[in-house]
Amino acid sequence: MSKKIVAMTGNHAVANAMKQINPDVCAAYPITPSTEVMQVFASFAADGAVDTNLVTVESEHSAMSACIGAAAAGGRVMTATSSAGLALMWEMLYVASGTRLPIVMQVVNRALSAPINIHCDHSDSMGARDASWIQLYAENAQEAYDNIIQAVLISEEMDVRLPIMTCMDGFIISHSIEKMELLDDNEVKAFIGDYKPHFPMLDVENPVTYGPIALQNFYIEMKRQQVDAMESAKQVILDVGKKFGDSFGRHYGFFEEYMLEDAEVAFVVMSSAAGTVKAVVNELREKGHKVGLLKPRMFRPFPAEEMANALKHLKALVVMDRSDSFGSAGGPLFTEVRSALYGVENAPLAFGKVFGLGGRDLEVHHVEELFKELDKASKTGTIDKVTDYITVRV
Amino acid sequence: MSDESKSYKVLPIGGLIPKAGSSHDYNTGTWRSSRPVHNKDNCINCLFCWIYCPDSSVIVEDEKFSHFDYDHCKGCGICQFECPTKVKAITMESEDKYR
Amino acid sequence: MANLKELSHKPEHLAGGHRLCAGCGAPIVVRQVLMAADDPVVISNATGCLEVGTSIYPFTSWRVPWIHSAFENSAATISGVEAMYQSLRAQGKIPADKKIKFIAFGGDGGTYDIGLQSLSGALERGHDFVYICYDNGAYMNTGIQRSSSTPLGANTTTTPVGKVKQGKEQQRKDLAVIAAAHDIPYVAQASPAYWKDLIRKVKKALETPGACFLNITAPCHRGWRSKPEETVMLAKLAVTTCYWPLYEIENRKVKINFKPKEKIELTKWLERQGRFKHLFKPENAHIIEKLQKHVDDDWDRLQRMEKLDTIKL
Repeated sequence: MSKKIVAMTGNHAVANAMKQINPDVCAAYPITPSTEVMQVFASFAADGAVDTNLVTVESEHSAMSACIGAAAAGGRVMTATSSAGLALMWEMLYVASGTRLPIVMQVVNRALSAPINIHCDHSDSMGARDASWIQLYAENAQEAYDNIIQAVLISEEMDVRLPIMTCMDGFIISHSIEKMELLDDNEVKAFIGDYKPHFPMLDVENPVTYGPIALQNFYIEMKRQQVDAMESAKQVILDVGKKFGDSFGRHYGFFEEYMLEDAEVAFVVMSSAAGTVKAVVNELREKGHKVGLLKPRMFRPFPAEEMANALKHLKALVVMDRSDSFGSAGGPLFTEVRSALYGVENAPLAFGKVFGLGGRDLEVHHVEELFKELDKASKTGTIDKVTDYITVRV
Repeated sequence: MSDESKSYKVLPIGGLIPKAGSSHDYNTGTWRSSRPVHNKDNCINCLFCWIYCPDSSVIVEDEKFSHFDYDHCKGCGICQFECPTKVKAITMESEDKYR
Repeated sequence: MANLKELSHKPEHLAGGHRLCAGCGAPIVVRQVLMAADDPVVISNATGCLEVGTSIYPFTSWRVPWIHSAFENSAATISGVEAMYQSLRAQGKIPADKKIKFIAFGGDGGTYDIGLQSLSGALERGHDFVYICYDNGAYMNTGIQRSSSTPLGANTTTTPVGKVKQGKEQQRKDLAVIAAAHDIPYVAQASPAYWKDLIRKVKKALETPGACFLNITAPCHRGWRSKPEETVMLAKLAVTTCYWPLYEIENRKVKINFKPKEKIELTKWLERQGRFKHLFKPENAHIIEKLQKHVDDDWDRLQRMEKLDTIKL
């Protein structure tokens, strides 16, 4: 195995992964902060470094529509977007998953309007959490790179056949240069293997109909199939993560447990913010506090049982959401985690904090303050407020 | 076993229909209130009825009118209307006669 | 050009048993379009009557590969299918001599209105495909709401005739000209009543590399409040009144394919349709005048354009 250590932004890392994946068709439309992914990829296409037919469509709606057409035609398809772009695709996200097409999309997380804001939060992809897309989240450029390579195998697996979005934080990861390792082109090629067609439209000798109208007598069966596909995806994600780890040394599962085993209190937080929290956990551990972190990687399918098992020994935990579900019982991650803990004997106290909307920085002192709340909850056995905001002026 | 009694587990995924032209198995002939009836003697085999049929229900064999596909003909009457012969080779008759 | 006897040997690509209304114009258009293809075709279809009526699960009327994904994106969807074909062919994953043609269908709602952007994008990018708008002049699938293709004065469910309104207040948008303004190699208008002209045009469009656009009138007796058996006749009257001229624009050159010896008064077409019934009241005569003038002006403009060696819209 030849290792190539590079300094690269998240966007460049993903574009390089796409080059190595060499999809048959990409259809995309520029939007900050994901623009650079397709821009860098376009230069690969212009140099003949990929076989990809790059379709520069006139909107994200058409980007996803063209991806759907291309995937149904029978080949590997990828795209990238952010924020409003993902929102404009909304209708087609459901069509892609309902039609069971393995499309791989890099989402570079960015806040939704209004007010318009180009910086990171998860309101875009979290809004798509019910769209029957698999969702993987990355903490850094390396994970973003590793995730999108694995995504190809996961979504194309015959028991899964669902589209997948791999997410990384806008600007914080997409535009920051980090040290990371690029795999060898041939190793990636061998890892993902050849595309396995499933009733391709271009097989004109065997004409098939894609996208019919299915009414009361069939629609719910097709939705139920998607549940099974999501369930199958769990094992496939574990298998692919193991295969990746065995091949390249970095193992992936549903979530990362950081100093969690003997912890009494813990943070649950996804993506780049986990890096900040890890730093605080290190610092607190040095002071003798039994604190840990669980960093979800896979949000869809949601590993409820596995997560509950990993968290059940805690006295208290805080779930940190970089998006809100306004008017609900908490941020999307919080409501999922708390629901996962329902029925667990002596379940830990859990509270949720929404943070960092529109790119507001999560700083070390914010996390330290949160630890104080956690500590207090674990000692008193009560929590003041189930959900609240941090990093906001009050 | 009809598809409507099949478990979600055995239906093709994603609503895919692998059998081309399967609507042939669906009878729209029951929609008709009147049916076109062909009179061979008046027919000049111009095939206007065939080219203008919305329901692919005029069957042509060896370049000649063969028969109506009453399983799918909805009785719109376009064939009768467009039939160019002076004495119409197609007449519309009430479906009641055939019930 | 094949005659009907020769065409009758072609395989029937649209099976019976679809759930479109008796006397619907759309499947007549589709059957004629598919007869024009000599190579295998792959189709995308916008949401609408044609899509719903031909693909009620588990039944499909299509004997060619077909995809529906949504309403506003038939052109974008076929862009993806065609892009995959080009990619796989270039990579040798599909034999280079394996010819496949691509057709996108959309109604006037899916083409003139909600799908105009994706149509424009696909035409500009120059995918090798043919877009076919089957134009019935309103949102028929949802129950006869006005579209930008609906003629002035038409009574629709969103432009109902009332005490102070007399139907739609705007003239129809000229989509063929908008398509031609993309400088694509071939644009044409056709009518299923003129099957020979229609099939020739589809064949031409399929054989022309790049994006081509055809606008085809497809009478809807439910929306037009006409008799089912008069569908083809109305498609013919649309032409002979010059409401729907048969013409083509090939490489910036306009050619009118049918010039009626005597242009028939528009009222002959209007009076067969209940959606225009109110226009025949004396107080609405001015609306008919406006409609007639619009048709006359367009016809004059078309004839002037035909005289030019080249047009750049």
